[in-house]
Amino acid sequence: MFSVATFLSSFEPLFWAARFTLLISVLGIALGLVIAALVCAAALSRFAPFRWLAALWVSFLRGVPLLVQLLLFYYLLPVIGIDVPALVAAVVTVGICASAYISEIWRGAIMALPTGQVAAATAIGMAPRDIWTRIILPQAFKLSLPALVNELILLVKASSLVSVVGILELTRASQAQAATTFRPLEVYLAAACIYLLINLFLAALGRYLEHRLAV
Amino acid sequence: MPGASSVEIRKVNKHHGQFHALKDVDLDILPGKVTCLIGPSGSGKSTLLRCINFLDEYESGEIRIDGQLIGYQSPGGARMPGRTLREIRRSIGMVFQQFNLWPHMTALGNVTEGLIRVRGLPKTEAERRAREALEKVGLSDKMASHPSRLSGGQQQRVAIARTLAMEPRLMLFDEPTSALDPELVGEVLNVMKTLATEGMTMVVVTHEMGFAAHVADQVAFMEKGELVSVDVPDKILHNPQDSRIKAFLRTYHERNSF
Repeated sequence: MFSVATFLSSFEPLFWAARFTLLISVLGIALGLVIAALVCAAALSRFAPFRWLAALWVSFLRGVPLLVQLLLFYYLLPVIGIDVPALVAAVVTVGICASAYISEIWRGAIMALPTGQVAAATAIGMAPRDIWTRIILPQAFKLSLPALVNELILLVKASSLVSVVGILELTRASQAQAATTFRPLEVYLAAACIYLLINLFLAALGRYLEHRLAV
Repeated sequence: MPGASSVEIRKVNKHHGQFHALKDVDLDILPGKVTCLIGPSGSGKSTLLRCINFLDEYESGEIRIDGQLIGYQSPGGARMPGRTLREIRRSIGMVFQQFNLWPHMTALGNVTEGLIRVRGLPKTEAERRAREALEKVGLSDKMASHPSRLSGGQQQRVAIARTLAMEPRLMLFDEPTSALDPELVGEVLNVMKTLATEGMTMVVVTHEMGFAAHVADQVAFMEKGELVSVDVPDKILHNPQDSRIKAFLRTYHERNSF
């Protein structure tokens, strides 16, 4: 029999663990956005070695599963003499991995702009810096929003993988909870609700931003 | 119009990859006059126009605006620094076939952008001038509208206002009415006619032979990257000597008769 009481009482410990899911996702995304801006700039650079570096970055990080990246990073750091908490390693790995996808989302959005947009700005004598900040980036950012929200949601769910380096995030905590209560159905249903809640919020935030930037 | 520019084009060559887009083109754009560039598609009209403000880079020859070489420090020499090029471009307006308005800004924002960023005017002064320019093209009631809320003809008039507000001494028009529904062509051509009568130097790539016949001071016919002939409109459009011009006008008349 499905126990409503167990289902409801599962939320409290799971909310606790969901804080790590949120922390890793939000910090990972924030780091990913910053790195992605640099990678995207390199990918669009006129200087060929920058473009090669960006291509290498993107193809490695998209080509290797996040799970493997997490383990690699976690075991590699002590070897090269860096001792960081598992949480830091997880956030950095998630951020680096996200940067590969986000930089491609932005590159795609920038390339999707009609060439006439830049031509018109160039023709009236605008400087390259102004063309980027006033013409290209505001439009490209708006174009990239749906894909960006998609990526963020994927990342929240992928954050369950960081349990392999010993972090008790939402999925790992549900497993533990299910094992101790012998009530897996109730516990996992509660976990599903929490994931859903987080991602519905992200989707709503995305729609709000799209609306705000709409013309 | 005081300070209308002249353009001298001498032996200009340009390739798009293997394609020889401009072949030794010579042309004088006279100050305060309207020059129309006509010819079949792919003949190099738009490329020539875009070379005048160095949006397309010519490879050899010279283009001089009021005597100043554009794009290069000396004929056949090094590229001009970006800053110098931008300063020259400030006084050259350009209007595009696809309008190229910035969709994330209002009509007013499209016009003030260059005044603020390029001319360095304070916002209030930029808005005053932008309103003037938009009034001139008959769009005082559309200042707060975004481009997506405007018709093609209105968008193109905003684009004209955007360049006018910069107080250009030369205006380049790249098929300004080709993307418009037929009933919207007139409102754009009327604005252009007004500019012509005010003495603006204008270079217009166009398929509107009526505009070329009635407004142009000279018409240049191009084909396959060559400037075949340049003369007063009547000579080119009504008494062409060259067989290539005759053939072009014949297809034009066939297409436009019903």
